[in-house]
Amino acid sequence: MNKTVNQKAWFLVLPVLVLVAFSAIIPLMTVVNYSVQDSFGNNEFFWAGLEWFDEMLHSERMWNALGRQIAFSAIILAIEIPLGIFVALNMPKSGVWASFCLVLMSLPLLIPWNVVGTIWQIFGRVDIGLLGYTLDAVGIEYNYTQDFFAAWATVIVMDVWHWTSLVALLAYAGLQSIPDAYYQAAKIDQASRWAVFRYIELPKMAGVLMIAILLRFMDSFMIYTEPFVVTGGGPGNSTTFLSIDLVKMALGQFDLGPAAAFSIMYYLVILLVSWVFYTVMTNLDKRDGV
Amino acid sequence: MAKITLDNLAHSYSDRPTSEDDYALKELNHDWADGEAYALLGASGCGKSTLLNIISGLLQPSQGRILFDGHDVTHAPTAERNIAQVFQFPVVYDTMTVRQNLAFPLRNRGADPAYVASRVQAIAAMIGMEGTLDRKARGLTADAKQKISLGRGMVREDVNALLFDEPLTVIDPHMKWELRTQLKTLHRDFGHTMIYVTHDQTEALTFADKVVVMYDGRVVQIGTPQQLFERPAHTFVGYFIGSPGMNVLPADIRGDTGTVGGSAVALGGDYGTPAGNTELGVRPEFVRLSAGGDGLPVTVTRVEDVGRHKIVRADAHGTRIDAILPEGAPLPANADRATFDPRGVNVYADKWRVAPVGEAA
Amino acid sequence: MTDATAAPGAATIPGDLTASRPRAATRRRFRPNGSAVVIALYLLFLMLPLYWLLNMSLKTNAEILGSFTLFPRNLTFENYATILTDPSWYSGYVNSLIYVTLNVAITLTVALPAAYAFSRYSFMGDKHLFFWLLTNRMAPPAVFALPFFQLYSSVNLFDTHIAVALAHCLFNVPLAVWILEGFMRGVPKEIDETAYIDGYSFPRFFVKIFMPLIASGIGVAAFFAFMFSWVELLLSRTLTAVDAKPIAATMTRTVGASGVDWGVLAAAGVLTIVPGALVIWFVRNYIAKGFALGRV
Repeated sequence: MNKTVNQKAWFLVLPVLVLVAFSAIIPLMTVVNYSVQDSFGNNEFFWAGLEWFDEMLHSERMWNALGRQIAFSAIILAIEIPLGIFVALNMPKSGVWASFCLVLMSLPLLIPWNVVGTIWQIFGRVDIGLLGYTLDAVGIEYNYTQDFFAAWATVIVMDVWHWTSLVALLAYAGLQSIPDAYYQAAKIDQASRWAVFRYIELPKMAGVLMIAILLRFMDSFMIYTEPFVVTGGGPGNSTTFLSIDLVKMALGQFDLGPAAAFSIMYYLVILLVSWVFYTVMTNLDKRDGV
Repeated sequence: MAKITLDNLAHSYSDRPTSEDDYALKELNHDWADGEAYALLGASGCGKSTLLNIISGLLQPSQGRILFDGHDVTHAPTAERNIAQVFQFPVVYDTMTVRQNLAFPLRNRGADPAYVASRVQAIAAMIGMEGTLDRKARGLTADAKQKISLGRGMVREDVNALLFDEPLTVIDPHMKWELRTQLKTLHRDFGHTMIYVTHDQTEALTFADKVVVMYDGRVVQIGTPQQLFERPAHTFVGYFIGSPGMNVLPADIRGDTGTVGGSAVALGGDYGTPAGNTELGVRPEFVRLSAGGDGLPVTVTRVEDVGRHKIVRADAHGTRIDAILPEGAPLPANADRATFDPRGVNVYADKWRVAPVGEAA
Repeated sequence: MTDATAAPGAATIPGDLTASRPRAATRRRFRPNGSAVVIALYLLFLMLPLYWLLNMSLKTNAEILGSFTLFPRNLTFENYATILTDPSWYSGYVNSLIYVTLNVAITLTVALPAAYAFSRYSFMGDKHLFFWLLTNRMAPPAVFALPFFQLYSSVNLFDTHIAVALAHCLFNVPLAVWILEGFMRGVPKEIDETAYIDGYSFPRFFVKIFMPLIASGIGVAAFFAFMFSWVELLLSRTLTAVDAKPIAATMTRTVGASGVDWGVLAAAGVLTIVPGALVIWFVRNYIAKGFALGRV
């Protein structure tokens, strides 16, 4: 659609601008402010330049948290995206069963995140949780508060449980938009099931899948509440992801300077990756001529 | 290539059809002769797409059988039937190039690469897309995409039949002519059995050797364009084909004379006394208007100049009568009588045509 | 397409799914069953932890800790009674619902005109502004927790519903603008032009004509705003103490001197799922379309 040039449109955007500026720019300025100052309490601040940034860049703690964060996001994307697509492909196309699946699948998405944590905290406990009890009963040693591997497995399975449905629902929406004629033509062309997926379903899902990947990347990169409730970042620091580490630093230890510098770099990493996604997505949109 | 036989075929979309009205396609027996080009013509919703999808195997009929060369394929999947179908809206594989799109049906059947390449080249020449063979199909115009769909339908030489489901709906008018001509050429050269679904009479009449006219889930007439024009088997055929359609006038029939609103009309044959609700059907081409003299009293209401000829709209006792004035012939001043050329008068009883005594059925 | 109007299905073949289903199923014996198994397993995976929570909420603490039972032996609603009779418990729900509702209202009010501007007009800096808005959806709440706390304290909004509602706008407004813009792009511009020619003023056109046209988009945006505001905890916990404390934060209360009150914790968890489940139930027929965000 070719749009009319109209500078007055700014007035329509103004409320959003004011609101978001209030809740984004002012806090962000505070963060920037802290990141270049040092304090010895009593609200006295000293100019510290880029010292905090320098410190954080050489902080093993941050690099470790970043490493864990990247590993976590990569693992859950690698599981949730294919699994979500697979689930969507197997869903009923219409009728009562389709609604039934959709309702049940949406359920985890609307559970408060700390409750998600609580659910899995309970579910995984060896004494009172179904999962923990069962694993224990079949002789698998499982303790997510002590064991590194169990902690990671729990956090990952929890995220898969929590968010795969979002990917599945997006993929399903993409599949629903494919006209029947495509499947009929494929039958006539004697296309294999794989070819139907590769040349019809996947291209048609590409747009929504990009959205799914973007949302899942952003949200998993910002994850805080769920693992915090389940493992509290432990055992040791093994499930301390960026947000958990940041909150520990800022609210726990009140190291405002380093925490602020950390925040800014954290934010920039997300922005950078998201910008790449966004650019790819808009280009896809254009290519489709939407 | 194959002869396609429809045996006792019917289809209903409801699970438990109770009355005949539940059937989208009413019972039907018909042979589609090997190598002929058929057009399946009818208004929207008359069941023509249903019939086509049953033939291609995308839909399982509620009853009856389909035979390809005497071989029962009623429950055979689409792929086994070895047919090609082109849909109303372009279906192309977006991420493939035009070349890959055209080669796809052959590749899936494991054809020899050299053969595929030559075949794709030939088809590309036919649809005029040699220049864009290596472009991605995504982003092409609807025209071009539909040409690719057509090409994919034609790329296999060994198909039992080629089915077209209103394939030119999205194509520009001037391209329609060209593509239709190419389809005819293709048919002449390779002799595929072709079934072409359309609601456009011009398309049907110019494309096909035989036109199958459907109305309300039923085949009402199968015939050459000339037969449909001169001897419509059902008043629907008369009114649906032709522009404007056939005039249908309530009449009493006695032997070789019909009486319309008190005026006698010569029928050009002996029809006896047919039972039921009788009507006369006269195409506007066979209506003559004159001032005074014999004929049905009419009032001329409007004259439309459509270029080659003029269409006169007239009124006779509340029934509309259309007449076409031959090229160059003027409308007589104060025209108030209509006469019918007996050669162009057909008799209908309860909507179906009655054959005069002595006419071969 | 014409066929579809007169004979439902003549062109689109819904019959493929109904009439021909039994035969198709016997022909491709494995696929439909395989699909059912896949979906059943997936739903089982989703439902088991939820079932366990429900199961626990209906048990006494003695049963929870004393023996391992797959369903409550001594069915009790005691845990629910505790929550629903204690104001410090149920006010948590009320608080959550108040700020979520406020947030949805504010989000839609400001996002609608902005989305319209982005979908219809090009103006100086529009693309950059749009991307900048989206970047706020990417802002980690952890980054903003402390500054928000200081900001809202300094303007005396700490521990109010409006503070949480405003804070959640940070990520909900960009998302709503983005969703609505997608839906609005699908409405032909000729509709606007016709309305202006017919003498509609902009506000009247917007409310009377345009908003009904994108009603589903508004529904989707509201759904997502509800969802993300309802499930968020970090900001809502940081910005509240007593008066506006969300239910999710209240749940930490179950850790007392005598250990965790598992039964009440589970019951509280189940009750936080109820509003979401209700919302889903009401929009069940639009879920699939809604999740496409107007972009397929």
